[in-house]
Amino acid sequence: MTTAHTLFDKVWDAHVIVTREDGEALLWVDRHFVHEGSHHAFRQVGARGRGVAEPGLTFGIADHYVPTRGRPIISDPTVAGMVEQLRANTHQYGIRSFDIMDPAQGIVHVVGPEMGLTLPGLLIVCGDSHTSTHGAFGAYAFGIGASEVAHVLMTQTLWQQKPKRMRIWVHGILGAHMSAKDLALYVIARIGADGARGHAVEYSGLAITALSMEGRLTLCNMSIEAGARCAMIAPDDTTFQWICGRRWAPKGAMLDAAVAEWRALATDPGAQFDKEIELDATDVAPTVTWGTSPEDALPITGLVPDPEREPAVRASYVRDTLSYMGLAPGQPLTEISVDRVFIGSCTNARLEDLRAAAAVLRGRKACVPGLVSPGSSGVKRAAEAEGLDQIFTDAGLDWAEAGCSMCVGMNGDIVAPGERCASTTNRNFRGRQGPGARTHLMSPAMVAAAAIAGRLTDVRLLPGAGG
Amino acid sequence: MERFTTLSAVACPLGLENVDTDQLIPARFMSRPRAAGYGGFLLHDLRLRLDGELQPDFPLNDCRYAGAKVLVARRNFGTGSSREAAVYALWDYGIRCVIARSFGAIFEGNAVKNGLLPAVVGERELSAIDAWLATAEPPHIVVDLEQLQIMAGPQRIAFTIDPVRRLRLLNGWDDLDLTDRRNTEIAAYRAKRFRIAPWVVPTQDRER
Repeated sequence: MTTAHTLFDKVWDAHVIVTREDGEALLWVDRHFVHEGSHHAFRQVGARGRGVAEPGLTFGIADHYVPTRGRPIISDPTVAGMVEQLRANTHQYGIRSFDIMDPAQGIVHVVGPEMGLTLPGLLIVCGDSHTSTHGAFGAYAFGIGASEVAHVLMTQTLWQQKPKRMRIWVHGILGAHMSAKDLALYVIARIGADGARGHAVEYSGLAITALSMEGRLTLCNMSIEAGARCAMIAPDDTTFQWICGRRWAPKGAMLDAAVAEWRALATDPGAQFDKEIELDATDVAPTVTWGTSPEDALPITGLVPDPEREPAVRASYVRDTLSYMGLAPGQPLTEISVDRVFIGSCTNARLEDLRAAAAVLRGRKACVPGLVSPGSSGVKRAAEAEGLDQIFTDAGLDWAEAGCSMCVGMNGDIVAPGERCASTTNRNFRGRQGPGARTHLMSPAMVAAAAIAGRLTDVRLLPGAGG
Repeated sequence: MERFTTLSAVACPLGLENVDTDQLIPARFMSRPRAAGYGGFLLHDLRLRLDGELQPDFPLNDCRYAGAKVLVARRNFGTGSSREAAVYALWDYGIRCVIARSFGAIFEGNAVKNGLLPAVVGERELSAIDAWLATAEPPHIVVDLEQLQIMAGPQRIAFTIDPVRRLRLLNGWDDLDLTDRRNTEIAAYRAKRFRIAPWVVPTQDRER
């Protein structure tokens, strides 16, 4: 008897080398990305006197530490050392690396899909939690720690326990000026920062299939903020069109054969999930965060929570958080003024994101300083070819090189203590953008609107917004 | 890897949920080599004020909890970034066990790989442990991985951990040793994978 399988089951099963009696499986890794932060893992490989098992399946990318200004000179010796260390480590083991001056350099989760290295049905890992991004192609992709990075370098395999399966249905269609980021924040607020913990999430429904690849990447990227082990979307024509002609992707007859296999990856009718939830995209409004966890998200029309009205277990968190964020209970979100804006990161720095922000900023001036860092050097060139850089600089924002930039607080791009930043990034954790920084997460269009107004603003209400 | 069997130690109640790995170690410290020790970076920006002085009301700064080897938190401890440096910071500070309602998945795996026990207990039991630690002299508990039990004074509190991870901690097993025994199966899988799905291999000659 044949049974109905989920997309996740199919990709999992295809990667099992052996399953132990206790249920752990040894899985084959098709694609492994390393970055400057992988230095702990390379040190472990060296300490064991081992080599890299599959350099041809491993790719290095300089993204976390690279500066976004002043290249090729790296003025900070620590940062220069990190970039050099990646260069030396990848060179030593024969790993192709997209170094700081490589025309393909950028954020690993932007470059992988862009180069055709990310494909449906692959098992993809990287020592970065936002590796969930690549699941937008129907790949099983997840972040791992340094010990696991070392293990993959040495063996091209990983021991894993099979996660539970969760399906998130999103019916309907997102409204005008709404993006995958609004949907992602809405989902996280609904289910919580641990709502998908231990689960492989599959997104289904009209709102999902209607998303572009960029939108799907944003949604899968943010799924780690709901605690998901990975997130997946069944590959379809949107996926295949994206892959076709990409530099490292299969071509010709090999691509045709692959597409036939990829089509069969979709979840079979009747396949069972451990958990299913249903949401309606028409309930999604432009969404912003007010606190220090991505689950602290509300529609822009809302009010800052009042600890007095929160359940006892939550009240002290809300009180501490409002103190850190410098907000008053009950304050309308639209009355929160910002000191700067940031458009960038593996969440929202693809061409579609930059277009959405530029559409809002065109012909307008930002009244606060801001930085735009494209997700990759390829995105940068494409944006410049369309004149998007000119729109940003005309508005008064800085146009920089590609990298993790102001999302990670480790490459020189930081938000000053006490400063408030409207940001397209993925984490509003305390100090994430720099010690004492106050981060509000939102979509590129909403960040652009905040730049113009100098405060959090409903992009739908800007003059000429229509919709 | 160091084995974990039983731990008898001072425990510090943090009382916080969603303690993300950016709190456990801020990113700016992660370029340092591990050999220099990561203990000083643990919860750096919560333990210390921006001027570098100790944050007086942060529990780890309370001399009552000096020498703590256990942290007690709430739900979703270790959420966020995959940085294993978060575990290095805990370990180098002297922490050997974290008790929480739930853990971020990547953190939980990283912890076990370094010999640090992530013990899951219910919300009510967490409150009981916190209440014990607030009054006990010294604020001491015993964590028994063999029996899956926490002894907080007269109370016996059950905790859970995945059975595979429990065995790994009890025995100090290392993944690589287990993998090396599977070299034949790995080689066979590899040959098959490349044969039936040749498109998985990115080829240098496709590079323009």
